[in-house]
Amino acid sequence: MELIMAVAVGILFTIGVYLILSKGLLRIVLGTSLLTHGVHLLLLTMAGLKTGAAPVLGGKTETYVDPLPQALILTSIVISFGVTAFFFVLAYRSYQTLGTDEIDSVKGEEQ
Amino acid sequence: MSNLLALPILIPLCTAVILIFLKEKILLQRFISTVSAILNIMIALVLIYRVHSEGIQTLQMGGWVPPYGIVFVGDMFAALLVLTASVVSLGILLYSFRNIGAERERFYYYTFFHFLLVGVYGSFLTGDMFNLFVFFEVMLISSYALISLGGTKLQLRETSKYLLINIVSSTLFVAAVAYLYAAVGTLNMAHLSQRVAEAGQGGVLNVIAVLFLIVFALKAGLFLFFWLPGSYSAPPSAIRALFGALLTKVGLYAIIRTFTLIFVNDPGLTHTWIAWLAAATMILGGLGAVAYNDIPRIFNYNVIISVGFVAFGLAAATPDALNGAVFYLLHDMLAKGLMFILGGIIITAAGTDQLKDMGGLIKRYPLIGWMFFILALALVGIPPLSGFAGKVLITRGGLDAGMLTLSLIGLGSSFLVLYSLIKVFKLAFWGNEPEGDLPKIRLKSVNAVAAGLLVLVILMGIGADWVYSYVAQAGDVLAHPALYIEAVIKE
Repeated sequence: MELIMAVAVGILFTIGVYLILSKGLLRIVLGTSLLTHGVHLLLLTMAGLKTGAAPVLGGKTETYVDPLPQALILTSIVISFGVTAFFFVLAYRSYQTLGTDEIDSVKGEEQ
Repeated sequence: MSNLLALPILIPLCTAVILIFLKEKILLQRFISTVSAILNIMIALVLIYRVHSEGIQTLQMGGWVPPYGIVFVGDMFAALLVLTASVVSLGILLYSFRNIGAERERFYYYTFFHFLLVGVYGSFLTGDMFNLFVFFEVMLISSYALISLGGTKLQLRETSKYLLINIVSSTLFVAAVAYLYAAVGTLNMAHLSQRVAEAGQGGVLNVIAVLFLIVFALKAGLFLFFWLPGSYSAPPSAIRALFGALLTKVGLYAIIRTFTLIFVNDPGLTHTWIAWLAAATMILGGLGAVAYNDIPRIFNYNVIISVGFVAFGLAAATPDALNGAVFYLLHDMLAKGLMFILGGIIITAAGTDQLKDMGGLIKRYPLIGWMFFILALALVGIPPLSGFAGKVLITRGGLDAGMLTLSLIGLGSSFLVLYSLIKVFKLAFWGNEPEGDLPKIRLKSVNAVAAGLLVLVILMGIGADWVYSYVAQAGDVLAHPALYIEAVIKE
């Protein structure tokens, strides 16, 4: 299971980095989104994929899943959701104001 | 247990939420912001008093004892930084009444301002690695909003870059946290320090340490500062002052905290890396400061130089150097805040930010000119002013640690600071006034703010002995991580 997750993380990172290196702003946003999801999977995998019961409920089981990484991932997902939403709005606004979604084509220091 | 530690985070948070509902009432917004900022300074003073008399304060969230829950830790270093940050932010807040403009004020400038402060104070006070990430994000998301507020072409372009850099570095931050959790199985900083020491830092832990170094270096502008001069030039000068004075310092705080508390067992590797980064930062920042001819860029490169200098203090890691790093960090927050405020006044007064189009301001604004001159001396580190003590301590620590080259680079960078600031002073204030209409500005209140900050800079220099007694307590915890661990995990 860890191996599959590692491969999945690798794929997400690859696609994320590839998209970030492209020119269009929309692709870059999608790239950052995939990259953060790769990291979330990494966080889950790093804590160990034990099979066990839910940690708090009942409380009678011998083995249980470490709840901490899930809490961390949840927090991180919320944050990346907010940032991605902001990035989308920014990309749209840039497209409206600058007339292009290729950020490199906007040169010069004009205000 | 001390609930006092939650207040520096709660006050700006509540203020920001209240201000959301007062969108159109600008005067009320200003009033509430000011009251909240003053309240925060008072809380910070009480916090420092408590830390001074009772030792390190901790707060366990929800009563979960470490290492299980989230702890907030207020040692002297964090408390001093909270105080300085709140003083500087009050100054910038008062300055932004004049500078920021009604349009931005109506679009939640003060709300974002306070959310940013939540992130800054939170980063200083938290004692948990993942919590640090969360507060970093609170701070960064507000900074994205502030840097793009107004939506000019330049701002939109620079925000995209700034946003992308920070998302990537935050992603790496989470990855580093994940690896760290896999390696030692905890995220509480004090507990991390124990576990890393037990495991013997080497191999994978060194890799994780360097990954953290890269992440924080990106945020602090330590060597990986390629994004900083452009991004920090985009917003108006009040926001620039806020960023220059606070944001990079939070990154630096994270580097200092991580590498004096957690990854201290293999300084041959990590601290050598920091030393190289510091040297490169000071040299490149110095070259940048000398090369450019517009005020925002010169000032931004000055921010970079001081980041390198504080990192040099950390790399030397003798008690003297650590005290010096704390002292210099405090001085730098005050002085950089003031520098950007004065720079903003100069830009408004001259109507341009290009030095070659300025001149002769000393006739119309002599007070601003001489304040800038004194500030320049303080930033260079001329004795009675505040930069001196930090510079001496760091350099002495560097020489003790046998880092002759780095000490020389540090001193040499002072000359570049001097050159770049005197260039600004000379070209903006002397010479002939340019032809054409010059903007008339009212300066009384802004002058008072700048003068207030300048008085603090001077007092911090004259009363260096008195400040040092507090700084030494902060440096003591940095030099002896056991004190911190003991305070957090005492039960």
